[in-house]
Amino acid sequence: MSTATIADTPVELNDEGFFVNPEQWTESMADELARREGIDELTSAHWTVIRFMRSEYFDKGTGPTVRVLGKSSGISVKELYQLFPKGPAKVAARIAGIPKPRGCI
Amino acid sequence: MSQRVIVLGGGTGGTLVANRLRRIFDAEELEILVVDQDDRHVYQPGLLFVPFGLSHTDDIVRPRSQQLSHDIGFVEAAVDGVDIQANSVNLVDGRTLDYDVLVVASGAVLLPEETQGLTGPGWMERVFTFYSPEGAAALEGALAKFDGGRLVVNVVDMPIKCPVAPLEFYFLADWYFRERGIRDRVSLTYVTPLDAAFTKPIASRQLGGMREEKDIELVTEFNTGEVDGEGGRLVAYDGREVPFDLGVVVPLHGGAEYIGRSPGLGDALNFVPTDEHTLQSRTAPNIFVIGDAANVPASKAGSVTHFEGETVVANIRHFLADEPLVDNFDGHANCFIETGFGKALLIDFNYDTEPLPGHFPGRVGLPLLKESRLNHLGKLMLQWFYWHSLLPGRDIPGMGSAMPTAGKPRELIRK
Repeated sequence: MSTATIADTPVELNDEGFFVNPEQWTESMADELARREGIDELTSAHWTVIRFMRSEYFDKGTGPTVRVLGKSSGISVKELYQLFPKGPAKVAARIAGIPKPRGCI
Repeated sequence: MSQRVIVLGGGTGGTLVANRLRRIFDAEELEILVVDQDDRHVYQPGLLFVPFGLSHTDDIVRPRSQQLSHDIGFVEAAVDGVDIQANSVNLVDGRTLDYDVLVVASGAVLLPEETQGLTGPGWMERVFTFYSPEGAAALEGALAKFDGGRLVVNVVDMPIKCPVAPLEFYFLADWYFRERGIRDRVSLTYVTPLDAAFTKPIASRQLGGMREEKDIELVTEFNTGEVDGEGGRLVAYDGREVPFDLGVVVPLHGGAEYIGRSPGLGDALNFVPTDEHTLQSRTAPNIFVIGDAANVPASKAGSVTHFEGETVVANIRHFLADEPLVDNFDGHANCFIETGFGKALLIDFNYDTEPLPGHFPGRVGLPLLKESRLNHLGKLMLQWFYWHSLLPGRDIPGMGSAMPTAGKPRELIRK
């Protein structure tokens, strides 16, 4: 675990870069978190995924897997990989400030 | 007045719950109906052996109805949906069955058509699955004719039934081709969406070492987007490709289709949101879930289903008597892993404690996380116990529902 400064605010991240406390996340952190993942600009499609990840997390206690994202977010798995080429579930979870989705363990 | 329990699914979980309930309640007190769309009960652990000619589908299939004790009704019909408000099950043939308690025991189904290309050209010719009796039997013929080339074993995505079965498949394939004297002409590759062949650290080290010794290549974090049977390629969503001459694919899994047609019952993958310790549905208090149908964070495996039986039956009894439920299911799983050459490894774990070395069930017993002939015999004996002890709802000697701790390193056990 380590403390990082995102958008001038200290936050706790675990060894794999996931938020320890999703409550520390604010929307203003997303751009900087995205750049750390190699995504220069967040489009509205990215935001659809980020918001979906957070609502699923607060609803169910874990973020969705890629397959569930593809079925429920309105964005196909193929497009999800275009948006987050290094793996939609993990990368989107880091940008959305939630822990690693349980299905990825 | 008599009450009624309806059990959806006459597989491992449905059968053992119905039989255990029948021993507790008289027929006048409780009517028990088991509903399934067919009368073929498959001993699923046996499927692994079929492709290698070590078992045959005829040997692992028996009628579902004959595994149920008398005074349990068997309804052979497909379910259209469950109305959780009305407490009723609608059958495809138009009948409606009312229940006081519902047990969802309809397992997981294979969804090969959800992966692009998988059921297209080459399916059952060059690309197979051993997860169905038909697939396992067809693969036996293909393996017998295979005399060299690239054999690839691929898991499309989790969750799958018996997460160790693909590992067992490549261990047995290594043995099979060595026996035939052509191992040097066959390359074996395991392609997985996970970041290692197995995910629990201590078992992963042990199994990873064995995989390397047996010269089986590993491709990780591969999310299969397309299976091109004609061209012999797996294509990942990120663009990576793995070529094959013979593809053995474990398709996507989901819950039974009727769950998707039952508002409020299931999740996006048609599994049933279930309390992991009481095994009660999270949406309806008079619905209990056993086995692969549940979304609990345990392996989808017969041993887990077996160990869940005690909690499910106790809680149905408590629910009917208006008593508080017990929350004692610990996620216990116990799996023999065939490693070829007449040997197997045993792993034993639960929600909190990963598979550890030691012995099972106590200080003296079967070696854990270590290859032995004894474990292989254990695996073979399991089939007899399955039909004669587990399904009738009797206990298997030495196998309690909770994970035993006596034969394991104490400092590594988490509670």
